[in-house]
Amino acid sequence: MVTPQDIKGYIEKGLNCQFVEVAGDGHHFEAIIVSPEFAGKTKIAQHQLVYQALGDRMRAEIHALSMKTLTPEQWLAGRK
Amino acid sequence: MSAREVIDNQVKSNKVVLYMKGSPDFPQCGFSANAVKILRASGVNDFLAVDVLQDPEIRQGIKEYANWPTIPQLYINGEFIGGSDIMTEMYQSGELKDIL
Repeated sequence: MVTPQDIKGYIEKGLNCQFVEVAGDGHHFEAIIVSPEFAGKTKIAQHQLVYQALGDRMRAEIHALSMKTLTPEQWLAGRK
Repeated sequence: MSAREVIDNQVKSNKVVLYMKGSPDFPQCGFSANAVKILRASGVNDFLAVDVLQDPEIRQGIKEYANWPTIPQLYINGEFIGGSDIMTEMYQSGELKDIL
């Protein structure tokens, strides 16, 4: 079974990330992803980058992934 | 008609189209249920709901159409808007109401 740690690893391998947090029960996962690559991109394009990093795993192993994508600037602003 | 042509025709001849698992009254997945709830909360009761579980070709075709591997998918005026997460964010920020 896929663990949140596996998914975190897949995302970090395929995408330059500043921060990734994944929680889940093996079927449904929730992720927060902070990457400088998201700057200037639409939400659709940001999510597509994450899907791209996950590749075929998104079709085969991962049933459901809910995600929130942020640029480093948005991430900092949200923590203040 | 290929799946791509069927999808192209659906999204271009209907203002709001939701590709989902199950029907609006009996969604078969939590994310699809969430998408329907958001549309209704935004005052949209008249939309085309396409149940991808009824058609394997559409189910595969829709993933390729917008280069988006998951379902649900929302289209407004022929344009791909996003999946469940993006719909939720746009609903909360009020952006979704603006484009509906």
